[in-house]
Amino acid sequence: MTSVPIGAASVTDAHDPHATSTGLDNKKIAIWAFIGSECMLFASLISTYLIYKGRSKVGPFPHEVWTDPMTGQKMKAILNIPVTSASTFVLLMSSLAMVLALAAVQHKNVPKRTTGERILGSSQLWLMMTALLGITFLGFQAYEFTSFVHEGLTIRTNLFGSSFFTLTGFHGAHVTAGVIWLLTLFAIDRKRGLGPRDEVNVDIAALYWHFVDVVWIAIFTLVYLIQ
Amino acid sequence: MATIAANPPHAYADDAHSGVWSWLATVDHKRIGTLYLFTALFFFMVGGLEAEIIRAQLQGPNGKLVSAEVYNQLFTMHGTTMIFLAIMPLSAAFFNFLIPLQIGARDVAFPRLNAFSYWVYLLGGIFINVSWLIHAAPDGGWFGYAPLTTRPFSPGMNIDFWVLGLQILGVSSLAAGFNFITTIINMRAPGMNLMRMPMFTWAAFVTQFLIVLAFPVITIALVFLMFDRFFGTQFYEVAAGADPLLWQHLFWVFGHPEVYILILPAFGLVSEVVPTYSKKPIFGYPVMVFSLILIAFLGFGVWAHHMFAVGMGPVADTVFGVTTMLIAIPTGVKIFNWLATMHGGSLRFTTAMLFAIGLVAFFTIGGLSGVMHASPPADLQQTDTYFIVAHFHYVLFGGSMMGIFAGIYHYFPKFSGRLLSEGLGKAHFWLMAIGMNLTFFPMHFSGLLGMPRRIYRYDAGQGWDGFNLASSIGAYILGVGMIIFVWNVIKSWRSGQVAGNDPWGAPTLEWMIPSPPPEYNFARIPVVTSRYPLWDMKQPQLTAEVPHTAHGDRAVQVDIAGKDAGTPHPKTAGSGTRPAESGPHIETESFTARQLGIPMPDPTIKPLITALGMCIMLCAPLFMHHAQMMEAAGNAAAQKSAMTMFWVIALGGAALMVASLYNWLLTPLESHHPHATE
Amino acid sequence: MADHAHTNAVSTEVAVDHHGAGVLHEHPTWSTYWKVALILTVITAIEVWVYYIPSFVHSRGFVPLLLFMSAVKFAIVVLFYMHLRYDHRLFRALFTGPLIVAMVTIVALMFLFGKLAARV
Repeated sequence: MTSVPIGAASVTDAHDPHATSTGLDNKKIAIWAFIGSECMLFASLISTYLIYKGRSKVGPFPHEVWTDPMTGQKMKAILNIPVTSASTFVLLMSSLAMVLALAAVQHKNVPKRTTGERILGSSQLWLMMTALLGITFLGFQAYEFTSFVHEGLTIRTNLFGSSFFTLTGFHGAHVTAGVIWLLTLFAIDRKRGLGPRDEVNVDIAALYWHFVDVVWIAIFTLVYLIQ
Repeated sequence: MATIAANPPHAYADDAHSGVWSWLATVDHKRIGTLYLFTALFFFMVGGLEAEIIRAQLQGPNGKLVSAEVYNQLFTMHGTTMIFLAIMPLSAAFFNFLIPLQIGARDVAFPRLNAFSYWVYLLGGIFINVSWLIHAAPDGGWFGYAPLTTRPFSPGMNIDFWVLGLQILGVSSLAAGFNFITTIINMRAPGMNLMRMPMFTWAAFVTQFLIVLAFPVITIALVFLMFDRFFGTQFYEVAAGADPLLWQHLFWVFGHPEVYILILPAFGLVSEVVPTYSKKPIFGYPVMVFSLILIAFLGFGVWAHHMFAVGMGPVADTVFGVTTMLIAIPTGVKIFNWLATMHGGSLRFTTAMLFAIGLVAFFTIGGLSGVMHASPPADLQQTDTYFIVAHFHYVLFGGSMMGIFAGIYHYFPKFSGRLLSEGLGKAHFWLMAIGMNLTFFPMHFSGLLGMPRRIYRYDAGQGWDGFNLASSIGAYILGVGMIIFVWNVIKSWRSGQVAGNDPWGAPTLEWMIPSPPPEYNFARIPVVTSRYPLWDMKQPQLTAEVPHTAHGDRAVQVDIAGKDAGTPHPKTAGSGTRPAESGPHIETESFTARQLGIPMPDPTIKPLITALGMCIMLCAPLFMHHAQMMEAAGNAAAQKSAMTMFWVIALGGAALMVASLYNWLLTPLESHHPHATE
Repeated sequence: MADHAHTNAVSTEVAVDHHGAGVLHEHPTWSTYWKVALILTVITAIEVWVYYIPSFVHSRGFVPLLLFMSAVKFAIVVLFYMHLRYDHRLFRALFTGPLIVAMVTIVALMFLFGKLAARV
């Protein structure tokens, strides 16, 4: 039964106040818990979309033509598979860029000999590339949304419009937040450089980014391809 | 039970720790726990007042105290307040205060996020209650069924407050969930493997998973309702082909895990209290742990038992009936294990123990009626009657609240340094026990006699009068009991008997440090070699028969005799060595962190400002609704100014939130460790 | 820190200090990364190609095949890009638990709303 006398203080945990039970970083554990939670968020949105599939009373519809009985106007099947395939490809490539950005940060101190190595090893390049690809994806989404509105589908038109725009809108908002995060990392990289000690911070951004990509993989199939 | 020099509550050496600012800028989990405790007790009284008015209205037939509209607001706010502003935050008070102490940590994983969770809760609670001031309190029931809560059927602002308020509160709970999951996984003292964690920490751990998986679902349900109400979407518009059951399913996929979120922490508290006052280790610790996990898991598979009367068909009804009955098994196991813990123990009937036994008894009654509802045909008679009201009040009041009060009496000395009065405590207990049973037991009968829920008055002569009168008298008794409790807390905080480290002879780490704990919690992080470190030291005869295995010690480089404690864990290479602790020890003096050279997170107002920005942003839609009403009334000028207000508030709030968030994220957690940023 | 400079620009290092990222044995190489990207592209191309074959679209194999292909894409991004395959198994647990709960919830809701199986 000892009490701690003043002066005998500072035990060795002053050396390492951040020791952990697992050897893993808190932030990485937290981001995976967050990703788990987001699975339920998108599961609810996707479930609703699937539940309401085929139940809209008026068009436009995703995969079929519809004639408005009131005006006689013919509305085409509104989803544009070629364009969305392109945007899907863009987002998938952004994950490649992200993975290269993280690798570049991890290997910042490894000497680069060839031009190829220097390119692959430029974290600023790959962070910006990821962000640009993300912005391109958002550009495609913006184009898609505005053209749908022109063709008569808004968020309030029918069940399809409500569930589609909400689902893809939430996804797009997540992409936007990711882009802002990446641009912030880019700015920090430009300002003071990112190196191996920043690995965890870039890693968690990467995990978030890949998850957003993975959700899109699900959405692309369930919304666009399956009829 | 040595009592050293009295530690006045929250005595710190320097000014930064006193005054209002120190509370606004705190990131100390113990202070945040204290804030949660008092805020939640305040809201519990608000919800209780709403209940007293309800009972006064229903005391006799054809009550005239309140109108139907006000009555709807009363029962809606009573439910919403009790669940989201009282019970959950009371549990959060314990999560905050206890988890780091029980696992031997100095704080939670993300101290500023922790403060953020509290401020969001406070602001959300204030926001939703502001509605009373404009006579527009939410009135759609705590479960807000659409399409009743859609704009055509609920045109006013009442449901807007509810939809926005709950989303604000959801952010608070989710953030805390990620924080505690990380803390429990990653910040345990050396030697504390998962199967040596105290029962409360286990219960809290499981609850956090329920929170992070269930809250997103209600978030989406609320988003759909908000979009329908503000943007004209069709999610709950039956005329457009929407299914009225969508809301119900989404809500109850959240709502059922929610009730386990409400009870598991109380179970955890009882699992701390019962062994302490039985002077016996909990019976069947591994089974208790696995029951928690099983309850959580099964809890995601029973939700449609709230919907037996909507016509889902025999297959769905059967499946959910069976899963609901199954979940009674792990729950029942816990009841038996608590009884087995007491059996043969050396029992002390302190107030905390009385409340814990109260949970065991009254939750069992509530569980029995619950099993009755699990049968769909029986439930067709019981649903929407007072029989259900009886069930859930037995499990929530007789269960959760009894457990929480047990926790309060048990841990108040640790929070504050002083004991609550046992005399007043026992009076509180008996008034609660008698009052609770008198209020809710008669509801079984009035319910089976057909008294529907959510009616603001009833005619005489249906056989309900006597039961309602009894319930109302019980409610008034509960009110008296609560007043005694509040008096006890106020009196004891300043002048209760000084507690010392371990007034109760308890087994776990939190009782090895002063009461209240110093800001750094442990001067030296203890090495843990069993489930009951303090009993091993002070009362080893109690743990003689508990297996003291070395299981897992090798992985954390701990030798049961404490010799290898200083060896670095291979996985922590790069993040520092483990401190060379000297095994479990008792600390009786409090210093400041600075005196001991222990780096602590800096206090900061940034979490509060971020919370404020977020809440301001989320209030903006109220102005959008106002604008929509002005447009419908043909008042273009008023519509324009309301929309301008909307944009200013939405963007202003968002800007404040984002700016403050950037500031927060780019500031290191501790100023003496420049490389450590959170 | 060894560097296989001639072949891969990114080395297969274990010695790189990962500061708590929890990487255990191997680490994916640049070769792994671009192969995954290629597979993702190819599968997406097949999915879109198949979409334009009306007879296949109306067959009973269409939906299962698409779901399977998406599941493969999902899995390789999670295993390789999110390096769950290489990381501490805690992360695998933290992800698969919620994923299972999410999938079961979607499937249950589909049944309850009559979107799967005729006779519910």
